[in-house]
Amino acid sequence: MALPAATESGDVILDVRDLSKYYPVNQGFFSGKKALLHAVDNVTFQVKRGEVLGLVGESGCGKTTTGRLIVRLATPTSGRILIENTDVSEIKGQDMMEFRQKVQMIFQDPYESLDPRMTIFDIVAEPLNVNGIGTFEEREAQVEEMLNLVGLAPPSAFLFRFPHELSGGQRQRVAIARALVVRPSFVVADEPTSMLDVSIRTGIMKLMAQLRENLGISYLYITHDLAVARYLCDRIAVMYLGNIVELGDAEDIVKRPLHPYTKALISAVPVPDPAIERPAPNIKGGVSKPINPRPRCRFYDRCPESSSSCANAENPELKDVGDGHLVACHLL
Amino acid sequence: MDTLLRLEDLTMHYKTKAGWVQAIDGVSFSLNKGQSLGLVGESGCGKTSIAMSLMRLLPNNAKLVRGRVLFGGQDLYALSDEEIRKLRWKKIAMIFQAAMNSLNPVYSVGNQIIEAILTHEPETSEEEARERVKSLFELVGIPAERMGHYPHEYSGGMKQRAVIAMALACRPSLIIADEPTTALDVIVQDKILREIEDIRCKINMSMIYISHDVSVIAEVSDVVGVMYAGKLLELGPADDVFKKPRNPYTYSLMYAYPSILGEKHDLVTIPGEPPNLLAPPAGCRFHPRCDWATKECAKVEPVWHEIANGHYLACHNPIRTEAVKPCVEQVAATGNAQVAATGTVTEMHQVTAKGGDGNGASGSN
Repeated sequence: MALPAATESGDVILDVRDLSKYYPVNQGFFSGKKALLHAVDNVTFQVKRGEVLGLVGESGCGKTTTGRLIVRLATPTSGRILIENTDVSEIKGQDMMEFRQKVQMIFQDPYESLDPRMTIFDIVAEPLNVNGIGTFEEREAQVEEMLNLVGLAPPSAFLFRFPHELSGGQRQRVAIARALVVRPSFVVADEPTSMLDVSIRTGIMKLMAQLRENLGISYLYITHDLAVARYLCDRIAVMYLGNIVELGDAEDIVKRPLHPYTKALISAVPVPDPAIERPAPNIKGGVSKPINPRPRCRFYDRCPESSSSCANAENPELKDVGDGHLVACHLL
Repeated sequence: MDTLLRLEDLTMHYKTKAGWVQAIDGVSFSLNKGQSLGLVGESGCGKTSIAMSLMRLLPNNAKLVRGRVLFGGQDLYALSDEEIRKLRWKKIAMIFQAAMNSLNPVYSVGNQIIEAILTHEPETSEEEARERVKSLFELVGIPAERMGHYPHEYSGGMKQRAVIAMALACRPSLIIADEPTTALDVIVQDKILREIEDIRCKINMSMIYISHDVSVIAEVSDVVGVMYAGKLLELGPADDVFKKPRNPYTYSLMYAYPSILGEKHDLVTIPGEPPNLLAPPAGCRFHPRCDWATKECAKVEPVWHEIANGHYLACHNPIRTEAVKPCVEQVAATGNAQVAATGTVTEMHQVTAKGGDGNGASGSN
């Protein structure tokens, strides 16, 4: 993609270039032909140091796959991921250990991401043990400090309990403590609040914002909820069927969406005010799967604004329309 | 207006090994014909238990301690099993939570609905039932030719529509929707919400819509009820409740979540977590987490009473200020503190809840 190459500056912590991940899928039992699902297709973006970038989209748009590729839980089909100028796909052996300290992930479901047979101390100390960081006493101190930091105070009340003794919000705090105990510089957070109740969710969202202030962590925050992304993120990238269709300043995206898909997505969010009549989102049909997609705009079939020229043109690339607001649409 | 459903002091407990769980405690409200009531609250607050007790589908360990459920003047708990079976689905139907998985995978979707009609209305011929399913499919926006297809050939949104069609199959006068859109993406959710509203207006059906999402409730309800730990804390016309929330919990729920409209506002944190219903707190059940709590709140249970026409409240120390809003983050500094969404001027107010400085509920969360 024709974006300015990232300079050597230490400003950019994550640099994703032309990242793609295709999964083979069976096209029916008897066809025997293999088709490719373009889960992530030619995605390019950067995250600056200390920044929170929100990756927003509906289920199946490739946002979680992108996150997993970045922490190397999956290998890309093509493209490059640079974290602090190191190519993630070329990391091997001992360097991998170092990489795992630098980059961490927080998962969606705190009921499944914690080992039920480990105590809270063991869970949070495990990354330190694996990486051989510090003596036992130092680890103990670090775990306690971390629990304090995520709001599980006093730590002594939690250290020797098991996940099943904690509530959902507390578990998610443990999961966050585990991710942050090795002091990563970059964290991929995959919908960390979507499984939690309203009153608990706010606490976790505020915690994430606060940890970023205090520890200077950069996040890739994956969510389906634009309101959450607006609250937590500096910039928002909107994904649709494996492509980023719009990227820009969070307020700008929410207040001045330019891509027809972003517009539809924003107008579909319910509003907590019975006096407001939302106009129906302007979008056709339902979401499909990007299996061997035609080489044109992925949104063409559902787009309310598409013209005949869109039908024959290539899949549009992200263009800067001013102030770092990028849109992938032929109509702009 | 005609009252269709009336709950009088409904109290229902579950027996467990650890003791009695006080799942519903003294809930009273009434619902008119054609009206929609939104019940909002966090998980475990008793919303689904209310739905189940209206259908009389409670598990064996549930016990009706006191109270009555009057449906069209009839006490549901005075009916025999045979009588309630006739009422269920024909008069009161339900769209279940995780409805997408409640379809039988080995029957075509159309046949499942036809079967539901034939079971409840044995006098209907299969031809008539088929015709009716066809028009139901049209109503919920599924092409009629998809009737012969199986659930796995449907998308999530379509399954949800099919389940709605099934709930409507016997033309019930009351439909209970228990989080029907929770598992769906926003755009699909929007379509389903619009369809439900549309259908409800067309056939003048009453509805109880259950959700944890305040925004969704705002969009579908005429009347809003806020539940917490088995109790109804506030109930009233949606406009009133959303414009002037009186109960601090209602207020906190409304501002605990960021909004996509207007200026960014600070989020209200509710400290702590919902109580264990085996031994709920004395007095008001919300008082340990409430910023407005007084000494009285810890001792005396607030009485459920009407404060304005159709607006009910259980609270010792309700919020009295008009349009209390959490302080607006950046904008407040410039003095231009206006919330575009509602058009009301925001007051800088001392209401940022306990621990609302972002520190969360230290440890208790």
